[in-house]
Order: sequence, then structure tokens, then C-alpha cells
Amino acid sequence: MAVKMFRKCPDSGLYFHKSAESLMKAHAVLGVVYLLIGGVLGLLVAATRAPSIHLLSAEAFYTALTAHGTAILIYWIIFFEIAVLYFASSTLLRCRPATPGLGWLGFLLMLIGSVMTMVAFARGNSSVMFTSYVPMPAEPIFYLGLILFAVGALIGCFIFLGTLVIAKREKTYDGSVPLVTFGAVTACIIAIFTIASGAAILLPTLLWSVGLISNIDPAIYRLFWWGMGHSSQQINVSAHVAVWYAIAAILFGARPMSEKVSRGAFLLYILFLQLASAHHLLVDAGISSTWKVFNTSYAMYLAVLASMIHGLTVPGAIEVAQRKKGYTNGLFEWLRKAPWGNPVFSGMFMSLIVFGFIGGITGVVMGTEQINLIIHNTIFVPGHFHATVAVGTTLAFMAITYFLIPVLFRRELIMPGMAKWQPYIFTAGMLLLILFMLGAGTLGVPRRHWDINFADAAMQYQFAGSAVAMMGVAGMGGILAAVGGGMFCLIAVGSLVFGRRLDPGASLFSSFGLPMADSCYNVETPDRLERTPIESTGSSGHAVEAKGTFVLALVFLASFVVYFFINAKYLSSLWKLG
Amino acid sequence: MSLTPPSQILWWKEPIHRIEITWIIIALAWCLVLFLWMPYWHVFGNQNLSNEAYRIKPEAFEAKAKAMADKYTVRKETKMDIPVVKPPAGSDVYLVSRMWQWWPILELEKDKSYRLHISSLDWQHGLSIQPVNINAQIIPGYELVMNVTPNQTGEYGVVCNEFCGVGHHTMLGKIYVK
Ligand code: HEM
Ligand SMILES: [Cu+2]
Ligand SMILES: [Cu+2]
Repeated sequence: MAVKMFRKCPDSGLYFHKSAESLMKAHAVLGVVYLLIGGVLGLLVAATRAPSIHLLSAEAFYTALTAHGTAILIYWIIFFEIAVLYFASSTLLRCRPATPGLGWLGFLLMLIGSVMTMVAFARGNSSVMFTSYVPMPAEPIFYLGLILFAVGALIGCFIFLGTLVIAKREKTYDGSVPLVTFGAVTACIIAIFTIASGAAILLPTLLWSVGLISNIDPAIYRLFWWGMGHSSQQINVSAHVAVWYAIAAILFGARPMSEKVSRGAFLLYILFLQLASAHHLLVDAGISSTWKVFNTSYAMYLAVLASMIHGLTVPGAIEVAQRKKGYTNGLFEWLRKAPWGNPVFSGMFMSLIVFGFIGGITGVVMGTEQINLIIHNTIFVPGHFHATVAVGTTLAFMAITYFLIPVLFRRELIMPGMAKWQPYIFTAGMLLLILFMLGAGTLGVPRRHWDINFADAAMQYQFAGSAVAMMGVAGMGGILAAVGGGMFCLIAVGSLVFGRRLDPGASLFSSFGLPMADSCYNVETPDRLERTPIESTGSSGHAVEAKGTFVLALVFLASFVVYFFINAKYLSSLWKLG
Repeated sequence: MSLTPPSQILWWKEPIHRIEITWIIIALAWCLVLFLWMPYWHVFGNQNLSNEAYRIKPEAFEAKAKAMADKYTVRKETKMDIPVVKPPAGSDVYLVSRMWQWWPILELEKDKSYRLHISSLDWQHGLSIQPVNINAQIIPGYELVMNVTPNQTGEYGVVCNEFCGVGHHTMLGKIYVK
């Protein structure tokens, strides 16, 4: 007798497999737990960097900063990404997951590994920042924890690939995999490269920390570490771009403008992102300019091109879909009439705008070999990557969570009024934090620094008053962003516990990773996933152009060019260096 | 839809939208400008990080810096009596970074060039000359040689902007340009 393992969500039409959905829930929930921990730490860090508050002691600050980076950038994001991988394979392809038992092993390793590092931080002897540059030593359990976590994540990646193979063999879908799954494949391939690079450096570092290896070359460490550290950011980009496409499809029924362009852009990520790790080493000694220029530009700019393409095609797809629905007035009616009160949309769209306009532009500018001289290790850098990961990735994941709570967890959102405001509050806070860190960094304020007034130093140096003031505003922004992040955690966890059950089988335990009641799973084999119907509306395909999006893209390009040359001008005022 | 397989089996043969191809061409052109700007600046720009670097043992670097300080110290400053060193224009100048100090204090002349050697004796540090805002990673075991020509007089702070332990924020040095 065949067992019924699938359920069909009556609201979305998605099929969830019993084992896969439990894994998805467990990973997503743990991700949110780390977002909460990391967010509280971020609040403490931001309140310390605001000179007028200067909350924590120096030691506590450096520990909190190490834990903030690790918990939120690595654990929140990667736990959630593994959930995305299960969703993009098992759910979207209507396929049973490969070896779900191993999936739980992977989950367990990630859990244990992450807890080990957090314990190391709490013990206080591993405040080395998440980059853990040698020869500054952390405790062995810190490196071991990271390695276990990485192995767990790797298992998740292989299950994803295995699931794709099963789906292909069992013909659960027709034609090629959907674009969103394709994006997840990109993320997965980059993840495997990333973890290999991380293993290549963290294993020797672990041996070094227990005394089995006497020396690790710090420059080589940086090269390999960034092979992991940078590429892992590309996992995030691929994953959140896939989420953007998914949300565009869910809310608007948007189809990619053309499959070829969107998929080609994902392919560019795979081909060129790895080399871009070089932009972390632009002002390192012992590496030639030729190497730096080749690796950052040849590679990075083609990956940049890919992001610029997605930046056009995601809103472009929405615009085309909206225009077909009749929002055809002027350039922007499609955007004005979008569901701005729905956090799934507002979160996704602000993620896209802030990622592109702020994260993208600042990233490329500071990744220019010579311009890096005026930016390296200033607080500009955290300004940049809060635009990419804290708004770009995190807000996109928050947005899709609002969709998943009813669909995957079968709970109604609690406090929908608050949910409506949450993306705006988070983004407003983040924008203050980001823009003022960028500003202070341009004036030279260092990152990872407890006291820019140098009260305990043997000498004195006074940063410009405006720089100190900007750090104050950034701190206020950080507090507001933390409030916005807290609202998200409250709504998400609150809904899982107290939200109205949309399905009688959605028990408390099933919110946290146990399967729902057996009776919920009443489908043995889902219907095959059919190809997108050929252009639905009568109008001859290409008549609908995304003009508004194109104008937005030109505004983006103009900002990019202007900002680049402003920085080049600033660079030219420096001492002569050669 | 992006959640379902492409409608065409041969999706890579579909035509693409006009604005897509236009944007790809514009964006690619801009990427090429960004790329060409870097070699351009190497030839025509005045601010490039030199490619000169050596492997060196911390003791050897410290010895070279001491020798320079012994020869050219003009006075001592701060309660730690840190030497202020005024090396001749055009000479090799050494700046030691270690927990948690930039040593010694340098006194340079405006519009004169120096070969500034920097290395770390212990962990990684971050050279950050303020307010002019020149930054570089300082890695133990590697001696970075920068050719610098200060273009403005003043008192410059040397901040450490790579986390280097719990005294990181006290690591402050000084360069005078006269
Ligand atoms: C809750 C809101 C958040 C606040 C208030 C906040 C605040 C900050 C601040 C002020 C810093 C810079 C400190 C310094 O260099 O001295 C920082 C660093 C950092 N943040 Fe956040 N952040 C938040 C959310 C996030 C999120 C969502 C992510 C990633 C997904 C993230 C990732 C990082 C990373 C990787 C660092 C660098 C740590 C290091 O330098 O080692 N933050 N954060
Ligand atoms: Cu230092
Ligand atoms: Cu330092």
C-alpha cells in the first residue's frame, strides 16, 4: 500500500512533502532564533558605536560584535537558505526529498556547530571577529563549531541536488526546472565551492589552534578565507534574487521577461563570482596589481553585470504583469498600484531597491582597486554590507516568511497591522544606519572600533565633528532597525504559537518541525508540474514593454556613474602614492 | 511563471525583450569603463598602492626600524617617550605596528617623497592615516613598501582599523608633515 506523504495547500496550490516540510520548518525557525540573537547583539553594538551612548565595555563590545557577525550573517542566513533549498526542490518540483534522514543529520550538525561557537563567544576567549584572521587565536571549539556547521550545510546542499535528480528521474515536472529552482541551483553550486574553500583554510587553522601545525601564513589565510567569505555572499545574492522572482510570481503571476536572460545572469554568478574574492585583498601586501585588477574586474564586473540584469528583469517582470492587468497609465502606475500594504511585496521591493542602489553601487565603487585605499576597513564597509545582507537578503527572507507562515506552517499571521508596518520600520532604521555609516566611513571612521575618541590612547586624534555626529545618527538608526527586526521575530514566532490554525492538524509542535497530523497528508502523488502556459493574454507578447523599469534602471546607472567619479575625485586629493 | 517550468522547451531560443538587450549593452559598457579605469589610473593617476613587498621576520623588521630611529630621532613625545624621527627626504622610513602602537612618530616634509616600509610584529593591523584617509592592511611577515609624497602640512593620526585585540582602540600613532 502506498503511503500518502504529500499535502496540497488549498491557498497556494503548493504541494508539501511531509519530511521536507518538517525540515524546512526546523531550519527556518532556527534561522529566526539566530536572527533574534544576532539582532539583539546588533542593537548592543550599534548603541556602543554611538559615541553619546557608548553602551558596552570594550571587551563586551568586541565579543558582541564577533557574535553579531557570526550569528546573523552565518547562522540566520544559512539556516534560512537551507530551508529555501528544500522549498525550491521538494515543494516547487513536487518531489520527495532525497534521504530526509540525512537531512536531520545535517540539521543537527549545524545546530551543534553553531551552539559550539556561541559557547566559545560566551566564554570570552574567542572574540576574534567572524573573520578570525590568524595569527590572532580563538579557542579550538570555535573553529570546530564552524567546521561542523559547514559540514551540516554541505549535507543540505547534496540533498538538494539529490532531490533534483529524483525529480528528473520520476518526471515530476515537464521541461526545465522553474527559474526559482534554477536560482537555488546557482546558490547551491556556489555553496559547495564556498564550503570547500572554507574547509581548506579552517581545517588547518583548527589544527594550528590545538598546536599540531606551527604556523599559518596570514596572507594565504586571507586569500582562502575570502574564497569562502566572499562567495558565501554570492550564495546570499543568488538565494535572495530567487526569492525576488518567487515573490513576483506569487503576488503578480509574473513570468520572467525572458527565461534566457534571467538564467544566463544566474550562470554568470557561477562563472565569475569566486574570483571576486580578490576585492577583499586590494590593499594587502604581496599581491600584484595585475592580479588584483584581473580578478576583481574581469570576474567581478561580469557578476556585477548579472546583478544589474536581475535588477532590471525582476521589476520588469512585475511591470509587465501589472500592465497586462490594466495598470498602463504613465510610467509608474504599475508600481504605485502595487500592494504596498502587503509586507510580502513591500519587503521584497525595498530589498531590491536598497540592495541595488546602495549595496550594489557602494560595493563596486569600493571594489575598485585604487578607490579601496580610501575605504578599506572603515565603517563604510559595514555600511555597504548592511545594504546587501541586512536589507537585501534579510528583508527578502522576511518578506517570503510572511508568505510561508500561512502556506507552510498553516497559521494565520498575528498582528497583521504591525506586519504591514514592519518592513518600513526595519528599512527606515537600516537606511539611517547604512547611510550614516557610509558617511562616517568616508571621513575615515574605522570599523570594529570601540572608541573613536581614543580616550585611552597615548596620543590624541580628533575625528571631524561631523563624523562623530554621524556615528550618533547611525546608532539611532541601528536601534530603530533592531525594533523593526524585533517586530518581525515577534510576529513570526507569535504566529507559529498563537496564530489561528488554518488547518486543524497544525499543532504547536508542527510549527517547530514535527509533521502535522497524518490526516493532513492525503496526496500520494502530486499532479505533474506543467510548463507555464504560453503567453496568456491575447496581446502579441512583446507589445508590453517595461518602460518604467527601464527609466528606473537609467536613474540607477546615472547614480552609479556620478558616485563612482565623486570617489575617484576624492582619491585624487590624497597624498601621492605609488 | 518563475515557479513553473518555462513555457518553451527550447527556452534558450526565445527572443528577448528589447529593453533587456538594451540594458545589457549599456550595463556591459559601464562595466568595461570600470575595468579600464583601473589600468588607466595606474598610468595616469597619482594614488596607487605599490606592488613592492617582501617577506620578513618580525625581529628583522624591528631591527631596521630601530636603526632608523637611532639615527634620526629629533625629540621624544608622550609620557611613553616615543621617539619622533625625522628621516631625510627620499630615504627608507620604517613604521612598526604592534599591539597596540604605531612606532615611532614620523616627521616628514611636504612634497618630499619617502619609501615608507610597514609591517606588523604580531597580529594583523590596519594602517589608517587620518584625516587624509589612506588605508592598508598590515600583515605580519610581510613588509609593505609604499612611496608616499605628503601634499599638505599638518598633524596626522595613524589609526588602527583592523581589530587586533582588546587594546585595538588605543592603538594610535602620529605623522607630522612640515
Ligand atoms: C538588527 C539590526 C542590526 C543592527 C543594529 C546592526 C548593527 C551593526 C553595526 C553598528 C555594525 C558595525 C560595528 C563595527 O564595525 O564596529 C555591525 C556589523 C555587522 N553586521 Fe550588523 N546590524 C544589524 C543587522 C544585521 C544583519 C541582519 C546582518 C546580516 C544578515 C548583519 C551583519 C553584520 C556583520 C557581518 C557585521 C560585521 C561584523 C564584523 O565586523 O566582524 N547585521 N552591525
Ligand atoms: Cu592594530
Ligand atoms: Cu587594531
